[in-house]
Amino acid sequence: MSEFTLDPISQPPASFSPSNPRSKFTTTRLKKITQVGLKSIFSHGLRSLLTVLGIVIGVAAVIAMLAVSEGASFEAQKQFRDLGATNILLKSVKPVEVEESTNRGFGPPQAIVYGLTQADIATIRDTIPGISNVIASRIVKKNIWNLGISINTDVVGTAVDYPSSRNYNLRAGRFFSETELRDHANVVVLSDEVANLLFPIDNPIAKSIKIDSDYYNVVGIMEAEGFSNLGQNQAGSSNSAPSRVFIPFTASKSRFGETTTRQTAGGMESETVELHEAIIQVDNQETVIEVGEIIDQILQRRHKDVDYSIEVPLALLRQAEASALRDQIVAGAIAGISLLVGGIGIMNIMLASVTERTREIGIRRALGAKRKDIIAQFLIEAVILSGVGGLIGVVLGILIPFIISTFWGMTTIVTPIAPILAFSISAMIGVIFGIYPSMRAADMDPVEALRHE
Amino acid sequence: MTIIETNSDHGSTVKSRDIFAGELVASLQEIKKTYYMGALSVDVLHGITLDFYAGDYISIMGPSGCGKSTLMNILGCLDQPTQGKYFLGDEDTSKMEDDDLSAIRGARLGFIFQSYNLIQQLDVLENIEMPLFYQGYTEAESHEIAMGLAARVGLEDRIDHKPFELSGGQQQRVAIARALAVDPLIILADEPTGNLDSKSGAEILTLFDELHDQGKTLILVTHSDELAEHSKREIKLKDGRVESDERIHT
Repeated sequence: MSEFTLDPISQPPASFSPSNPRSKFTTTRLKKITQVGLKSIFSHGLRSLLTVLGIVIGVAAVIAMLAVSEGASFEAQKQFRDLGATNILLKSVKPVEVEESTNRGFGPPQAIVYGLTQADIATIRDTIPGISNVIASRIVKKNIWNLGISINTDVVGTAVDYPSSRNYNLRAGRFFSETELRDHANVVVLSDEVANLLFPIDNPIAKSIKIDSDYYNVVGIMEAEGFSNLGQNQAGSSNSAPSRVFIPFTASKSRFGETTTRQTAGGMESETVELHEAIIQVDNQETVIEVGEIIDQILQRRHKDVDYSIEVPLALLRQAEASALRDQIVAGAIAGISLLVGGIGIMNIMLASVTERTREIGIRRALGAKRKDIIAQFLIEAVILSGVGGLIGVVLGILIPFIISTFWGMTTIVTPIAPILAFSISAMIGVIFGIYPSMRAADMDPVEALRHE
Repeated sequence: MTIIETNSDHGSTVKSRDIFAGELVASLQEIKKTYYMGALSVDVLHGITLDFYAGDYISIMGPSGCGKSTLMNILGCLDQPTQGKYFLGDEDTSKMEDDDLSAIRGARLGFIFQSYNLIQQLDVLENIEMPLFYQGYTEAESHEIAMGLAARVGLEDRIDHKPFELSGGQQQRVAIARALAVDPLIILADEPTGNLDSKSGAEILTLFDELHDQGKTLILVTHSDELAEHSKREIKLKDGRVESDERIHT
C-alpha cells in the first residue's frame, strides 16, 4: 500500500502518557479551570448569591462581632487603666439600714454618720506594708458661681497627688500645692467641663469663683476626659459627666464641715461623712488584689454597717478581660455555626450542580478528563463560591462596625487578623464541603454520565 | 499522521513515528462483555474479534440490542471488556486503570455523538479546545489548532457563539472539529446524523467523506443503511456476534 502524505489538517502529535509533562497540573490549567468555574457560577448569578449567603453572613458576623467586642474591651481596659492599675479605690456608701432608721419617729433630723474615716485610713496605712500613698478626698455637692453663671457640681477636697494618681492631667495652670493644702488656701482647679460652662469666653486662670460665700482663686484647669470617670462621683451624685472642681482637702474641711444637709422628699436630711473617697496606691502591681482583700478585712472589723465600697481596678480589669474572652468565644461559636450552615449550603448546591451537569461530566471524561481533573473543576468551583462569599462577608464585616461606630458612637476595632482569619476559614469551608460533591462527580461512570438526559 | 509511542519500561522515553495507511490501529481480540444486574447476568458480546486499519472508513450496523453501543463504548475506552484484549495503537487497554483510560481517550480517540454533546456554557472555540486542554496544550497552541479546525468545518465566523445559538448541523460540525482536535487515531461516530434533517445530515456525511479522503480512520455506528453506504467496510452485528464483515467499496 502506498504511504500517506501528511494530510492537510494534521495536528501536532497528541500524547497521553501519564508521565508526559504536558498532562501535569500547571498554572495555565488552573487558570482555565478557574475561568470555567467562574463562568458556571456567574451563569447562575442569583442561585450562586443565595448559596453563598450563609458564608457571607458567617464571615461578616465574625468580623463585626469581634470588632464590637474588641472595641468594648478596649474601652473597658482604658477606663480601668485610667483608674490606675496599682490603685485601690475606697468610697463611702450610705448604708441601707441607717437610711431606714432615720425614717422612724419625728423630731429634728439627726445627722447620719457613716463612711470612711481618717482613722480607717491611718490604720490601713500603718498596718499594710507596700502602700505608697493614700489620697483621701471629700466630695460635696455645691453651687459654684462666676458672676451670674452658676452650676451645681461636685467640689472635691483632695490632696496634691490626686491628678497623678489617676493619670489625670492639667490642661492649663497648675494643681494646688502642698503649701496651699497646709494653709487651707482658697484655690480651685476646674474640670474642663466646668471651666467651659463658667467661663464661656475668657480664660478662667487667675479669676475667682464663688462657692457658698467664699471666693476661690482658679489656678488650673484639668484636661478633658472621655467618659472614663468610673466611680469618681460621690456624695449622692449620679451624673456621669466629669463636672467637678478640686480644692485643697483642708479647705473643704474647714469651709464646709463634715456634716451636709440637703432637702429631700421627706424633709431635711443630714449626713456626716469624714471622707468620701480614698485612693490607696500600692507600690507593686502584683500585690494590689491581695492588699485589696486585706483592706476589706480591716474595714469589715472597723465598721458595723457596710458603709463603704472597695474597688480594685486591676481586679475589674481582669474580669473585663475574662468577659471579653467569653464574648469572643460566643461570637466565635455563632460565627462557626453560620459558617457551618453556609458550608452545608455550598455542599447542597454543589451536589445539585453535579447532578445537573452529569452530561457535561460525561463529555469531559470522554474527551480525556481524568478523575482528578473533574475533582479539581468542582472543588475550585466550590472554593470560588465560598471565596466570593467570604470576600463579600469581609467587606460587610468591615462596613458594619464602621456603621456602628458612626451612628451609635460605639468604639469598634477591626483587627487585621479577623478578616484574614474569616476569609481563610471561608475558603477552607469551600474545600471541605466541596470534596464530597467533587468526588461524586469524579466517580460517575462515563458511559452512564453520557447517557444522562 | 504520527503516533507517539511510549516505552512503558522507562516511562519517560517518548518516540514518535508515522502511521502508514493500512497499518493496524486497533485490534479487538475475543472481546466478551457481561453485565451483572444483581444475581442476573446478561452476556452482551460473545467474543468479538476485529482488526481496524489506518485510513479505513468502517460502519458498524445492527438492530438495537445487538451490542452495538457496548462495542462502541469498548472501542471508545469508556468501558472495559469482561474478557478479551483490546489494542489501541500499540497499547493493550483491557487492563488499564481509569486514569490511563482517560489519557488514551483524550489522546487517541475522537468522539462524535448523536446529540452533539457540546458544553452549553462554552462557545464554539472553547468546545473545540477542550480535548486539547486535557492534553496540556498551551493556550496559544490550542487556540491556533481550534481556529484552524473551526475554519475547516466552515464555522470560522461563529467561534464565539454558544451551542444553543447554532443549528443542529452546525453543532455537529463543532463536534467534528472537537473530535479532530488531538488528531486521533480513530474517530468514533455514534449515529452522527440521527438528530439532523436530511440536508444537514448530507453535509455531515460529505465532511466524513472528506476526512476519509484525507486518511482519517473513521468508525461509524449506525442502524441506517444510507449512512453505511458511505463507508468502505461494513460490519454487521447480531446478538453480540459479528454476523458479516465485508468491504463494500473498493
